[in-house]
Amino acid sequence: MATATAPAAAPALVLSRPRLIVLAALLLALALLLLRPMLPDGLVRWPAALTPDFAAWINGVFYFVQEDLGLTVVTRAVATLVEWLLDVVRNLLTGERGGFNVEPVPWLTVAALVTALGAYLGGLRLAVLGGGTFLYLALFGQWKDAMLTLSLVLVAAPAAVLLGLLLGVAAYKRAWFESLLIPLLNLFQSLPHFAYLIPVVVFFGIGQHAGAIATVMFAAPPMARMTLLGLKGLAPSVHEAALMSGCTPRQSLRHVEVPTARDALMVGVNQVIMQCLAMVVIASFIGASGLGYKLLLRLQSLKIGQAFELGVSIVLLAIVLDRFSRAYAAKKPVHADRVTFRTRWGWPLIMAGVLLLTWGLAALWPVLWEMPRHLDLGFVRLPLTLAPPIDALVDWITTDLFNALQAFRGWLLLTVLIPMREAYLALPWTAVLVLLAGLAFAAGGVRSALLVAGFVLFLALSGWWDRAMITAYMVSFADLVVIAVGLPLGLWLGQSARRAGAGLAVCDTLQTFPSFVYLIPVIMLFQVNDVSAIAAVMVYAIIPVVRYTIEGVRAVPSTLEEAALMSGANGLQRLWNVQLPLALPHIMVGINQTVMFSLFMVIIAAFIGTQDLGQEMMRALSDNDVGKGLVLGLCVAVMGLTVDEIASSWSARRRRELGIV
Amino acid sequence: MAARAHEIETALPRGTAAPPPALRCEGLWKVFGADPATLFRNGGRPDADALKAGGYIAAVNDVSIEVAAGEILIVMGLSGSGKSTLIRCLARLIDSTAGRVEVEGRNLLTMNEKDLIELRRHKMGMVFQNFALLPHKTVLDNVAFPLQMRGMGGRERLKRAREMVTLVGLEGREAYFPRELSGGQQQRVGIARSLAVEPDIWFLDEPFSALDPLIRREMQDEFLRLQRMLHKTIVFITHDFEEALRLADRIVIMRNGRAEQVGRAEELVLNPATEYVARFTREVPRARIVTVRSVMDAPDGAASGRPVPASARIEAVARRMIEGEETVPVVDEGGALVGSVRRGRVLDVLFGAA
Repeated sequence: MATATAPAAAPALVLSRPRLIVLAALLLALALLLLRPMLPDGLVRWPAALTPDFAAWINGVFYFVQEDLGLTVVTRAVATLVEWLLDVVRNLLTGERGGFNVEPVPWLTVAALVTALGAYLGGLRLAVLGGGTFLYLALFGQWKDAMLTLSLVLVAAPAAVLLGLLLGVAAYKRAWFESLLIPLLNLFQSLPHFAYLIPVVVFFGIGQHAGAIATVMFAAPPMARMTLLGLKGLAPSVHEAALMSGCTPRQSLRHVEVPTARDALMVGVNQVIMQCLAMVVIASFIGASGLGYKLLLRLQSLKIGQAFELGVSIVLLAIVLDRFSRAYAAKKPVHADRVTFRTRWGWPLIMAGVLLLTWGLAALWPVLWEMPRHLDLGFVRLPLTLAPPIDALVDWITTDLFNALQAFRGWLLLTVLIPMREAYLALPWTAVLVLLAGLAFAAGGVRSALLVAGFVLFLALSGWWDRAMITAYMVSFADLVVIAVGLPLGLWLGQSARRAGAGLAVCDTLQTFPSFVYLIPVIMLFQVNDVSAIAAVMVYAIIPVVRYTIEGVRAVPSTLEEAALMSGANGLQRLWNVQLPLALPHIMVGINQTVMFSLFMVIIAAFIGTQDLGQEMMRALSDNDVGKGLVLGLCVAVMGLTVDEIASSWSARRRRELGIV
Repeated sequence: MAARAHEIETALPRGTAAPPPALRCEGLWKVFGADPATLFRNGGRPDADALKAGGYIAAVNDVSIEVAAGEILIVMGLSGSGKSTLIRCLARLIDSTAGRVEVEGRNLLTMNEKDLIELRRHKMGMVFQNFALLPHKTVLDNVAFPLQMRGMGGRERLKRAREMVTLVGLEGREAYFPRELSGGQQQRVGIARSLAVEPDIWFLDEPFSALDPLIRREMQDEFLRLQRMLHKTIVFITHDFEEALRLADRIVIMRNGRAEQVGRAEELVLNPATEYVARFTREVPRARIVTVRSVMDAPDGAASGRPVPASARIEAVARRMIEGEETVPVVDEGGALVGSVRRGRVLDVLFGAA
C-alpha cells in the first residue's frame, strides 16, 4: 500500500507495509523489554491474584457431566464394549484369557498370513517385509508384546476410521457443523498426546480399554479432516451426475461420493493407522500393555539394549502397517478379460491354503504354535537378542566418550541454553504479545493479529507462563538448529530427481516411526537430561523441513529453471533467485509442521526430565487432574496454533502473490 | 410469410404442425450475490444498474427459449457466458432465482424433491464434460447405475445396460474400469449412462470439449448417428462454433448471461441480431451454411441444367456456377420448380457482396 503512493521512489529503500509493521512491533517489544524494571508488575507477569482458575472450572464441568448428568453410565458401557472387543482380539492373537477363551492362532499362521497378504498387496517386496517383520518378532521374543500392541491397533483403528468418517460426512452435509468442526479439529490436532490421556483416565479409568479409547480420540480427527477434504474436493459434476442418475441424497453419498473420494479417504485411513500405533505406544502411560509399556519400563531402568530391541519391533511394525495400507490404497480395480476360476478365487484359496497348512504344522510341532520363552535348538538359542552389543556400545559411550560428551553438554548448557532460557523468562508477556501480534498482522491482517493476541493472552492468563516460556525456548532452539541443517540439506537433495526421490523415501520411512522411539538413541548418547530432550526434538522435527524443502524445490516449474539457465544464471544464482523464492511458501508449511512436531516431542520428552509444560502434564496425569491437564494441553495447543496462524497465513498470501496454487 | 413457414419446417425436421415444446423456459434468472431474492420481490426484475450496485452477477439474465421435441438446440458461448449455469437451471441441478422451466407443461421449479428424482430417473439424461464416471464400477455397472438407483432388478438392468454399451460401440469393454479407457471411450460410457433410462430430454454439457480434435469429430458423427435413431429433445452446450454449426437445428448465442440471438445457423450468419453475433459469425464458411432457398429468385425461363433442391447449401452449386453456369433451377422436396438461383448471388455468398 505504501509503495502504491510513491511508485517512482527507489524500491529498495521503500519499506513495504508488512515490514514496517514487523519493525514497529519489534521496536515496541524491545522497548517493553528494556523498560521492564519500570513497568508495572502486571505487564511483566499477569498478576496471580487475577489469574482465573481455569483448571477448577474445567474440573467442575467434568464433575458435573460425569456425576450429575450420569455420563458414567455411558462411559461404563463404552468401556465394557471396548474391553470385550479387546479381549476377543487379544485372546485370538496371544491366548490370554478373555473373549471366547480359545487357543491363540499359531504364530506361524499369523506370520504366514501376513506374508501372503503382503504378496497380494505388493508382490514379493511386501511379502518379504511382512514375513521378515513377524519372523523377527517371533525369534526375538517380542511376539506377545507385539500382538498386544497390534490388538489395540486392530480395535482402535477401525473405530477411529468410522468415527472420523461419520464426523467428516456430517460436516460435508451440514455447513453449520463444518464451521463448528473445523476449529475443533485444529485444536484437537494441536493437543499433545498427554492431553488426551488425562480426561480418558478420569472417564474410563486406566487399563487396556482406556488406552484404546484415548487412541481412537487421538486418531479420529485426521480421518474426519481427510473425509471432509476428499468429499469437498470432488468435481461438482460428480455430484451432478449422481443427481441426474436420480440418486436420493443418501444414494448419492453411498454409491457415488464416498467411493469416488476413495483416494483421499485411504490417505486418511493410513494416517489413522500410523497415529494409532504412535498413540498406543504412549498410551502405555495409562495402562495399555504391549511394546510401548515394555519400552517405557526399559527406558526407566536404562536398559538401553532391550529398549533398542523393542524400538526395532515398533519401527518394523510401523513400516509394515504403513506400507500395507498404502499398497491397499494404491490398488486400483483391473478388469479381467476372462473371468476364470483362478482370477476369481485364486487369492482366497491361497490364503485358505496357507491357513490350513500352517495350522497343521503348528499342531504337529507346538513350537510353531506358541514360541516358548526359551528354546535351545542346538545351533542357536532363542530368543535371539541384540541387547548385549547395544549395551556394550552404550557402555563404551558412557565410559570412553563420557568426558567429550559431558564437556559438549556443559558448554552447550552454559553458553547457549541457559542464557537463552533466561532471556525467554525475562520477556514481559506484553512484549511477546506485541511482537507476535505484529508478525501475525503482517502475515494475515487484523483477524490473524486478534487471534494470535488471544492465544498469547490465554498463555499469560493460564498461570503457566514461565513453564510455557521454557517449552518455547527449547522448541525455538531446537528448530533454529533444525532449520539451519534441514533447509540446506533439503535444497541440496532437491537439486536432482534421484537424490530427491531417495531423500523423500527416507523421510517417509522416518515419519512413520512413533515419536517415542526417537528417545532411544538420544538416551544412548546423552543419558537423561535436558540436552537429550532437545536432541530428541531435533532428530524428530528435522523430517518435515527436509521433506517440504525437497518438495518445494522440485515443484518449481521447469520452464522457470530453463529461463534462469538461458539468462546465464549459475547454480547458486538459480538457487537464490528462482528456487528459494518460489519454494519458500511450501517450505514455510514444512517449518510450521516442524514446530508442531517439536511441541509434541518436547512434551513427550518430559518423560526424560524437562522443566516445562510437559513435566507439569506428567504430574497432572499421575494426580488425575483433568482441569490442570487440559489447561496445560491448551497451552501447548495455543503455542502451536500461534505459529500455525502466522506461518500458514504468510504462506497463503505469498502463494497468492506468486500466483502458485 | 413464406420465410417464416420455411423456418418452422427446417427447425422441426419431422413435424408438420408445431407440437408443444418439450422443454421451455421463460424469463429465467440465476443471480449470484448476497441476497438475490430481494431483487425479485413483488415480481420485480432488476436492471443492470441494480445488479451492479448490489455487487450481483446475473449468470442467467432473463432467458426465454423453447426446445421442440426431437430438436437439437445448441447453447453456444465463451467461458463465463452463463451457458453452463443455464443448462444446470434447466435440469434444476441448481435452483433458479426467478422464472419458469417447463418440461412437457409441468413447472420444474415448483416440483418437490421426490417428483424431481422421479423425473430424472425416467425423463432426463445428462452428459458431462469431464465424464464424471464412477471409478469403482465397471463400464457395465456405470451404465446400469441410473437403473439401479430407480430400483430395477439386477438381471433386467444389466440387459438394458448391455444394449446401451452396444449402442455406443463399446462391446467387449463391459468389464473395464473407467480409468482403463481412453477419453473418447469414457465419454461413450457417459453417453450410454445418460441414455440408459431412455430419457426424453437429453442434456449434454460440453461433452466433447475435453477430447482431442480428431476424436471430437468422430464423436460428433456418433452423436448425429444416435440422434437419427433416437430423436431425443436435446440441449447441447459448446464453446466451439464449428461444433455448433455441425450439430445444431437451432443455436442460442449467450453472452454475459443473456441470450443474444436464437435461430438457425443460417439466420445467425445472414441476419445477426447484434454486433457480438456478427463478430462471431464473420469467419464462418458461409457456403456450407447458407441454403439455396435464401438466395433464390422467382423461377426463370433462362435457368438450365440439373436442378438443385432448395434446402441444399450453396457449396452444392458453387463449383457449377464458378465454372460458367449462369442460372440454375431450384426445386422443392417433391421436385416441383420453386425458383432459380443466379450466379451473381452465389458469388456474393462465397466472396462477399461486390
